[in-house]
Amino acid sequence: MKKLIITGIALFSIALVSAQTNEERGLEIAKAAEEADLGFESSIVDLKMTLKNKNGQTSERLLTTKTLELTEDGDKSLIVFNSPKDVKGTATLTFTHKVGSDDQWLFLPSIKRVKRISSNNKSGPFVGSEFAYEDLSSQEVEKYSYKFLEANGSLLLVEQDPVDPKSGYTRRIVTYNKDKGYRLEKVEFYDRKNALLKTLTYSDYKQYNGKFWRALTLHMVNHQSKKETILKFSGYNLGANLSEDDFTQTALQRAGK
Amino acid sequence: MKPYKVFYLLFLSFLAGVQAQEKKVENPVSHDFELEIEGEYRYFYEEGQFQGQEDHFPSLAFRPEYSMDWNKGYESLNFAGFFRIDRDEERTHWDLRELYYQKAKGNFEISLGLKKIYWGVTESNHLVDIINQTDAVETFDGEEKLGQPMVQFTWATNKFGTFDFFYLPYHRKRTFTGEKGRLRFGTVIDQDDLGYESGAREWRQDAAFRWNHYFGIFDVAVSHFYGNGREPLFIFDASGNINAFYPVINQTGVEVQITHNAFLWKLESIYRNAKAQEFIALVAGLEYTFSNIDGNGLDIGILGEYLYDERDELALNTLQNDVFFGSRIAFNDTQDTSILIGGIGDLESSSKIFSLEASRRVGSSWTVAVEARIFSDIDPSELILQNFKNDSFMRISISKFF
Repeated sequence: MKKLIITGIALFSIALVSAQTNEERGLEIAKAAEEADLGFESSIVDLKMTLKNKNGQTSERLLTTKTLELTEDGDKSLIVFNSPKDVKGTATLTFTHKVGSDDQWLFLPSIKRVKRISSNNKSGPFVGSEFAYEDLSSQEVEKYSYKFLEANGSLLLVEQDPVDPKSGYTRRIVTYNKDKGYRLEKVEFYDRKNALLKTLTYSDYKQYNGKFWRALTLHMVNHQSKKETILKFSGYNLGANLSEDDFTQTALQRAGK
Repeated sequence: MKPYKVFYLLFLSFLAGVQAQEKKVENPVSHDFELEIEGEYRYFYEEGQFQGQEDHFPSLAFRPEYSMDWNKGYESLNFAGFFRIDRDEERTHWDLRELYYQKAKGNFEISLGLKKIYWGVTESNHLVDIINQTDAVETFDGEEKLGQPMVQFTWATNKFGTFDFFYLPYHRKRTFTGEKGRLRFGTVIDQDDLGYESGAREWRQDAAFRWNHYFGIFDVAVSHFYGNGREPLFIFDASGNINAFYPVINQTGVEVQITHNAFLWKLESIYRNAKAQEFIALVAGLEYTFSNIDGNGLDIGILGEYLYDERDELALNTLQNDVFFGSRIAFNDTQDTSILIGGIGDLESSSKIFSLEASRRVGSSWTVAVEARIFSDIDPSELILQNFKNDSFMRISISKFF
């Protein structure tokens, strides 16, 4: 009898798997990707941002980003600008939340002021780049609803619809690489009118600590404005042992000075 | 210049300490030097009210900065200097804005030396901000400060907020415009003429404390300062002469900001108590930002604040019962173009001050800034503001960063 029940359960679960909806499969993939990147604890990385306008003229920004992984709630991050020189020392501290608005503080080095700012402006561009604030914030599973689209070898395409109505997108089509720890290969962004707005391509992947995949180049192309932004990461430090003490308003002022 | 000697010695001893440490360390030491050279032109388009006042003020300023950090950035030495040459002899001045050593360990941090601290949440007036003396010859908005000698000890906890303790061993006197300069009283005030209530004068040992924390959308701070006031007290005698001195004050400050969606609700208030004076003052208001209006990053913020000061017309900042309206426009373009326009109006008289500030980066290492302040219909009953009624001005500045 016991055997029968177990077999029954096993059969039922198989049936369940095959009956898995595309929504469930999409969510499963997003969770698998999150799972694969779990345990990096903290990181420090330097970043060069190159902004290109439609005539090909470029301008550059240098930043340093510190991230603290948290599992109960969203990650904490601290971003400091090193160039252009007139904004050197400008820094932001962000506490991402899985549900609800993020908490964010800005440090203005010229008058040494720490200012709590609204995180309402998700769709606005980050320092004149083609990256919106929401593209750069911590990607928590809870922030989207999912729909699996297709599998192409090891590549899995999933549609993600932002939960937050303030998002600048109706949907994103995300390509995961199942064989490489569910790392992201490409994201296509559709604007509020459901027209293709931007494409983000990840390249120069490097694996750290035998586990964590980090793309050293991110290339965002805006199809509507013909502008581009390239992010080049260098000197990834995943063994920095940062703690909550490195993500306070005091640490924000120290980093910005 | 006595205090500088003390800090120069401190600086030398830290350098010696740093060098000793450098030898044994495997941690890299990073150095960073930066210099800003700014050319400025201020033009006051109405003739001066007082004798000797000029209209045109070309000026040149230098802002060198150096910092060095080690121990993964948890220890650092920081320097920020300032030097300006101006047509007004009193505006030609130099200052050590910053020269301090800092060490952080766990959730503790200590800073030793000359430093700049900012407190406050509102935009039109900065009541709570008291640690540093105002470099009043620099800007009309009072946001430029002199370096303050201090020992600052910070304890930052996640649960109970951040506690800051300040020991302030020396008082800096406020700068005042010279005879040729604008935005002054009829009598030229020499900063060294100002006395103190305290017998210890500038060497009175002062202290301050601040606690700040946040609870969801609420950011809260409470502070207290006990020592030589940063604002001189002006007493006018019957023949119109000014007697001015720095009183010993107790000042308690409260700051609240509520950040709700695109709304920022702000409140800043102080209670100041001295032998010759006791008053409360407050600024309360809001800021709302319409963000990314054009889908291209254009943000338009609107600001409204109410200002109250119990001192009435003797309030040095002239904001006794006024309303401020403003707008902040940020283009979020690659040049970081931004504009801030505003106006302050007295609720009981015709007096109004309008202002405009705009700035933009040119290339990768230049910036251009424009500023205008207009004094309009200044009521004859405004004791302080009356002196500035002809001092509306326009200013353009160009900075190069090295």
